[in-house]
Amino acid sequence: MNEQTKFVEIRHAQKSYGDLEVLKDISLTVDRGQIVGIIGSSGSGKSTLLRAINDLDPLTGGEVWLDGVQVNKNLPYRKYEKHINEMRQQVGMVFQHFNLFPHMTARENVTMAPIMLKGLSKAEANKLAEEQLDEVGLLERIDYYPSQLSGGQKQRVAIARALAMKPKLMLFDEATSALDPELVEEVNLVMKKLAEKHMTMIIVTHEMDFASSVCDRVLFMDQGVVVEEGPPEVIFKNPKQKRTREFLRKHLAGAK
Amino acid sequence: MGLDFSILPKYMDVLLLGCLWTIGITVAAALLSFFVGIFFAVIALYAPWLIKQPFRLIEWVFMGTPLLLQLFLIYFGLVQIGIDLPAFVAGVIGLGLHFAVYNSELIQTAILAVDKGQMEAARTLGLSRGQALRKVVIPQAVRDVIPPIGNNMIALLKDSALVSVIGVSELTLSAQRMIGKTYRPFEFYLAAAALYYIINLSMEWVQRKIERRIAISR
Ligand SMILES: Nc1ncnc2c1ncn2[C@@H]1O[C@H](COP(=O)(O)OP(=O)(O)O)[C@@H](O)[C@H]1O
Ligand SMILES: [Mg+2]
Repeated sequence: MNEQTKFVEIRHAQKSYGDLEVLKDISLTVDRGQIVGIIGSSGSGKSTLLRAINDLDPLTGGEVWLDGVQVNKNLPYRKYEKHINEMRQQVGMVFQHFNLFPHMTARENVTMAPIMLKGLSKAEANKLAEEQLDEVGLLERIDYYPSQLSGGQKQRVAIARALAMKPKLMLFDEATSALDPELVEEVNLVMKKLAEKHMTMIIVTHEMDFASSVCDRVLFMDQGVVVEEGPPEVIFKNPKQKRTREFLRKHLAGAK
Repeated sequence: MGLDFSILPKYMDVLLLGCLWTIGITVAAALLSFFVGIFFAVIALYAPWLIKQPFRLIEWVFMGTPLLLQLFLIYFGLVQIGIDLPAFVAGVIGLGLHFAVYNSELIQTAILAVDKGQMEAARTLGLSRGQALRKVVIPQAVRDVIPPIGNNMIALLKDSALVSVIGVSELTLSAQRMIGKTYRPFEFYLAAAALYYIINLSMEWVQRKIERRIAISR
């Protein structure tokens, strides 16, 4: 339907909470296999934009397209629910606070949705759980509950859970912000591995080093607009906008 | 006439049979109140307005009127409209629905207290709201209310004595019958009290075991 390259397309995204305009006419395209980083200070609308992509926070204006299909279609309630559940199966999401299901083991966290939504048999599901947890280096923790895992391990299980649905696109919302510093690297490594496999990813992050090593493109957001975007070398080393420079200066000062 | 507990062994079989009825009615009513409680909670939180109304009425009846009256209504009242329930079934339904209403209140609060991120994570995977409630939110809410529900179930055990009035030969009624024969109320009521206490302790033991088992998965 659409050209191959426009894999994710956001057209004139607008979002308001009452009088507060959180996203102001944002347009963005992401090609298949591309990795896009989003940076910006707290409250600039990064999460809202990311969550609009799988309609977790529906837009008040504009369109989101994924692989030639409009995500936020105008449909009657029931039809829309069916449509959006199908779309969401194709988009993995990783949250700052993991949001693992505490009453399920790592295995069950990973297999629950594939069993329910794709009708996997128990054996198939177990094989899938082993593969996905091995991929994030946690095969030996397969029968642990989240309460028995460290923050970094929880986040890796959360990534495995998202990947088990075989998504076309992965969204990361500050996946390492809630982690102790020594646990950040193990999660970053998993994300880098995904990058090497050419997973399409949109990554909201506070880690400039990570963003510059992984991302093909970086967006700087401020007050609901994309102020500047470009390759990481440009955004981090040689930004054109004053607001970008100020943000980076403050951020780097804060990191020290 | 002094106290003489030596007559108890002779009638112990009757008391123990009464115990079995009490345990049976308590377990059956507890299970009913648990599952119906979840059902009522889901209706109260998520059903459309029109569907909620009859359940509001049920809730009002079971919360606002004496349990004794409810039992009479179910056992004697329903006969008039052609529903003739065995006393045991009527007792289980009465006790079960009565406590279902209380459990529902607890479960509603617990459902609303489950972290919003749980529903979001489930929806993100592609589950519908109903699927997410069933697999993710409600199981967690239920885990959170095991202790207060356990307390309700012990209240249920004590209230199960009320079904004696519709003729279920549970522990209290068995004791009364033996008293009628022997004119020894103090001995038999004390024996019944001791047996209630033992059932009570076993229920607390089961509750602690469940709590310990789920501690890891919370
Ligand atoms: N549910 C909501 N109701 C009202 N305002 C909200 C809501 N969610 C987010 N906001 C506001 O939207 C703005 C952007 O939030 P967010 O996208 O979370 O920013 P970021 O992820 O960049 O920190 C903030 O000002 C925030 O207070
Ligand atoms: Mg955010």
